[in-house]
Amino acid sequence: MSEATSETVDISRLSERGMITVRGDLTSVDLQYQLTSLAGVDMPSEREAKVEDGRGLVWMSPDEVLMVLPKSDVEGVLGTFRETLGAIHHLAVDVSDARAVFELKGPKWREVIAKGAPVDLSPKAFALGQMRRTRLGQVAVAFWMTEPDTAELVCFASLAEFVSNWLKMAAKAGSFPDYLKEYKNDA
Amino acid sequence: MLSLTCPNCGVQGEETEFAPGGEAHLKRFGPGSAEEAFEGYLFYRKNPRGVHFERWRHAFGCGKWFHVARCTATLEVFGSYTAQTSIVPQNIIDAIKARRPDWEMDQ
Amino acid sequence: MSTRLAAKGQLIDRSKPIAFTFNGNRFVGYQGDTLASALLANGQTLVGRSFKYHRPRGIVASGAEEPNALVNLGSGSRFEPNQRATTTELFEGLEAKSQNHWPSLEFDFGAINAKLSRFLPAGFYYKTFIHPRAAWKHIFEPVIRQSAGLGAAPSKPDADRYEHFYAYVDVLIVGGGMAGLTAALEAGKAGAKVLLVEQTSQFGGRSLVDGDAIDGAPVDEWIAQTLNALEAMPNVTLRKRMMGTGVYDHGYALAYERVADHLPGADLPRHRLWRIRARQIIAATGAVERPLAFAGNDIPGVMLAGAVRDYVSLYGVSPGDRTVIVTNNDDAYRTAIALREAGLDVPAIIDARNMSTGALADQARALGIRVEVGRGVGKVLGGKAVTGVAISPQAGEGAVIETIECECIAMSGGWSPVVHLWSHCGGKLTWNEELAHFRPDPERPPTSADGKGFVICAGSASGALLSDECLADAFDAGRKAAGSCGFEPEDSVAPQTDAIAEQFLEPVWIMPQGADISLRSKAFLDYQNDVKVSDVQLAAREGYESVEHTKRYTTLGMATDQGKLSNINGLAILADALNAPIPAVGTTTFRPPYTPISMGSIAGEARGALFKPTRKTAMDGWHAENGAHWEPVGDWRRPYTFQRAGESISASVTREILNTRKNVGLLDASTLGKLLVKGPDAAKFLDLLYTNMMSSLKPGRCRYGLMCNENGFLFDDGVVARIDEQTFLCHTTSGGSDNVHGWMEEWLQTEWWDMQVYVANMTEQFAQVAVVGPHARKVLEKLGGMDVSKEALPFMGFADGELAGIPARAYRISFSGELSYEIAVPATRGLEFWQACLAAGAEFGMQPYGTEALHVMRAEKGFIMIGDETDGTVIPQDLNLGWAVSKKKEDFIGKRAQERSYLTAPDRKQLVGLLTEDPKTVLPDGAHAVEGPPQDNGFASAIGHVTSTYYSPSLDRSIAMALIKGGSGRMGDTLEFPVSKDVTIRAKIVDPVFFDKEGERQNV
Repeated sequence: MSEATSETVDISRLSERGMITVRGDLTSVDLQYQLTSLAGVDMPSEREAKVEDGRGLVWMSPDEVLMVLPKSDVEGVLGTFRETLGAIHHLAVDVSDARAVFELKGPKWREVIAKGAPVDLSPKAFALGQMRRTRLGQVAVAFWMTEPDTAELVCFASLAEFVSNWLKMAAKAGSFPDYLKEYKNDA
Repeated sequence: MLSLTCPNCGVQGEETEFAPGGEAHLKRFGPGSAEEAFEGYLFYRKNPRGVHFERWRHAFGCGKWFHVARCTATLEVFGSYTAQTSIVPQNIIDAIKARRPDWEMDQ
Repeated sequence: MSTRLAAKGQLIDRSKPIAFTFNGNRFVGYQGDTLASALLANGQTLVGRSFKYHRPRGIVASGAEEPNALVNLGSGSRFEPNQRATTTELFEGLEAKSQNHWPSLEFDFGAINAKLSRFLPAGFYYKTFIHPRAAWKHIFEPVIRQSAGLGAAPSKPDADRYEHFYAYVDVLIVGGGMAGLTAALEAGKAGAKVLLVEQTSQFGGRSLVDGDAIDGAPVDEWIAQTLNALEAMPNVTLRKRMMGTGVYDHGYALAYERVADHLPGADLPRHRLWRIRARQIIAATGAVERPLAFAGNDIPGVMLAGAVRDYVSLYGVSPGDRTVIVTNNDDAYRTAIALREAGLDVPAIIDARNMSTGALADQARALGIRVEVGRGVGKVLGGKAVTGVAISPQAGEGAVIETIECECIAMSGGWSPVVHLWSHCGGKLTWNEELAHFRPDPERPPTSADGKGFVICAGSASGALLSDECLADAFDAGRKAAGSCGFEPEDSVAPQTDAIAEQFLEPVWIMPQGADISLRSKAFLDYQNDVKVSDVQLAAREGYESVEHTKRYTTLGMATDQGKLSNINGLAILADALNAPIPAVGTTTFRPPYTPISMGSIAGEARGALFKPTRKTAMDGWHAENGAHWEPVGDWRRPYTFQRAGESISASVTREILNTRKNVGLLDASTLGKLLVKGPDAAKFLDLLYTNMMSSLKPGRCRYGLMCNENGFLFDDGVVARIDEQTFLCHTTSGGSDNVHGWMEEWLQTEWWDMQVYVANMTEQFAQVAVVGPHARKVLEKLGGMDVSKEALPFMGFADGELAGIPARAYRISFSGELSYEIAVPATRGLEFWQACLAAGAEFGMQPYGTEALHVMRAEKGFIMIGDETDGTVIPQDLNLGWAVSKKKEDFIGKRAQERSYLTAPDRKQLVGLLTEDPKTVLPDGAHAVEGPPQDNGFASAIGHVTSTYYSPSLDRSIAMALIKGGSGRMGDTLEFPVSKDVTIRAKIVDPVFFDKEGERQNV
């Protein structure tokens, strides 16, 4: 991968990323305990993403979180859920193959996504720790930041090629509106 | 293009993120119900010029359904609230009355 | 003739000549020119032919309101018709061609229409081409299409790329003139996030030409200072070449940015459509000047007075040596003064008013310019160019007092605020008698989600035409907008200027006031659509009282300029003809976009391969490399068949079917929906969703299930597998997974929210492969792993295990009637599994097959297909699927409806099989069966239609399924299907299961 400069956004697919969809009562102490101890992050609140080094929890809806983790850990974690949460009404499934994850690296990542997502992506409105489910052009996506100049974007696996082409076109060098930059250092 | 707030995830999003679901607070009539009641459930819908209660789904967002109180004439939005209710919450009624003092709930 | 002046031209850089062509002629302009200014600089005053009468036309305006100067721009894959020369920035190598003429601009055959104009009045098309009917299609329409229209349609795909961009602001300001800049400064200082867009390539607007000193500084200095101040604010963004095109509900606005029109060849998106959500919108869109209606007001050389001084001042272009000014107001005197200062001759100012005593008139007189009051234009002299003007008393009927030679006539009928953006979303207007224009009524703004106004007009757009009023108005607008967004405006004072007081105008809607029909029928209102004063008057006489009707009848204001120049004049003529006050007649509706925008910008990224998302399975790449002929299924693409070299599509399908029935076939079934339903109430929930009883299904077993809507109609089907007591996997149709998922969530969230059930859409987690045919088991045994024997894995059972070293779940289900396994593996291992199957199956003659073979084989077995046998009006009982509708359950979705008399009637259309008398004849899909005596319409009654029809390779004859009235009780009857005038196909009603009725093949 080439070094991202201020004028480029590198798009790459994270194919070793594992994902588990967990649905349940997110206020349940037992569920929270398992989620946070297995993911190694705090429980995210509404529209929060807590992802560090490819592992974490992303709030998806009032009764759903997405656990992200290395793909190789998925089986083990699902086993732990089965053992420890058997008595609690919940659903935990491996969706690693059902989703595609892209990393957008470079400060202009905001302008790439803002070409297709009806979301205020100025740094003031969207910051590290937040997540957003929306559409990118015609397809459903979710995204969050992992570092100040890096974001991850998830879509359905069957649309990975489409989304990849879309992102690459939107990220073509020189074709940024240079609009969101002014607000980079907003309070 | 409308701007709506999903009470389930707190997002204020544009209309394209949402899918409309028609009139809210319909009462389901199932087996054993009278013909007229069932007919009303299936086919009769209000079409007011003014305050209306609608169902919306945050289709491109959290996926959850919710209700919106809206003016069909001016597109003014009085508020949105959970779909897990059979009645219009008081705070929504208050918000409507504040803007439309003459309005009365018609049921 | 027009030409370049030796001096003046604040926007052009004379050190940078730019070569371009017009109709193949090489011309040279300067950096900073528009195409229009460069054409005028080269003496090209004739730029096109009019739409209907093919009259010679020249440049009228200097901006977005230009009606005439539309050109074909570019060539090949960068060709675009109807581009306004006045808004096209000149660039090196620009190629422009004039429009709507044949064989040439100078000699146009279509100009004969002008001679026939008295036979082509308003509503001509409606009145003339009614009879005979056939003539319309074969004679009138082709001829009209040939002679009408503006530019040519592009013949090649657009080579450029386009994009959208979302932006969120507190205050969007449209227009970068002194009003927009003043408003931006105030809103910006208050702390609001401001986006200001200016449609041209420079800020300043009209003040560049007409501006008075502001706060003691010359206007260009004031603009520079203001821009500096704005650029220093991190919360303010200024963008040029970006037009606010439309305002929509709840503060949504579109802006059209011309990123690369002036940079041909740059690897940039050509246009960018900004989708802006603003809390407040300030329309600082200025005003446009109105033409005057006099005979010959469309002859090249007749221009708007403001445009004339724009060309002189901004581009150093003389519109002609001698310019006569015609006006009803003071503002046009500025043009006379500007021309005289540029050393050009102004033989006279013809002022329709009976007195002219303003400061500007004094200034003009002091320069020695002759001013004639109470006069108007009798008619313009000239053909392809103005040669002179005949002067008449304005109060009279057109008697000529005097003729003055000139090359240009600068006209002004007053200025109208550009209220488009205010009006797009419902802002109301009010008539201002003194200035004879509609202006925004601030008491009735368009309202947003909170019920409050969200658009404010600033400066001349709100009717504040004089510079001092304009600045004060814009100052207030900026502060008000910021305040509405919750920002506290700073203490400051509005910029001060010493505006020259102006005498009020005198409304003049026709010149001279008593012009006879010969003059009125040469006095144009709408240049682009060739609508004259006489047309509107005729419409009024014929009873078109509503302005909206008159607009459509006469086409006034319906051209690509949307009546920017003609609107008020047309209304006034109509009001006069109806003897009604202008405000009572009202305006037509203003609709976005303000000026036409490119189709590419509307599509944005969604072009070519990105036009529509295509969902692809894990094996899609293999399919593509192995002859897949694609079929779209929902958003998926699936192989219809795998064509071999030299093979026809139908031969390929036949081969796949025969091989599957004889040996073994392989189908990519990954697209089937897979919904995991889990929870203590899962069984109860599915009992409500499916017509079948699902709660009685044993773990490890599968059941075919049907889903109906509340109307009782079948909408999806699929096999349900019970994983454990609380967990089910529900298969849906390929196109239906998202719908059914949404359906489940809808009921769980909005009706049965007390149920403890969670649903997850697992469709894409698994690749699913169907191994189908007599050798299916042998193939799986060769792959090795789990026990797939009849005993371990009986029909309608499933088991988890491993195959070929890959974790797998194998379902013993069949949609073909053959021994069949559907195997789900993790999607990322789908291709590996697919290839392992092919390798293992090679010795058994395995071939992949596509959706068409699937469809034919299911029809041979009489299995229904959602969307073929169902159409949204069919209940399961119609399809002989009553067995799958539980009679024990108290409730399920659709149960109550299925008790309605209409759905229990015995003569409903029911599913039957059909065998044509001639086994080689295949019934057309959808063919209707008719029966009984002819009805009033001459035809027998239709009693049903064909739903699926194929040539069955397995049976070597045609088969079909149909929904026929009372069909279940008519086995053996022969029906008639008239498929054309001469051909009727006869077919016998039979049981719809054509192949292996006992099901022996699948149950082995």
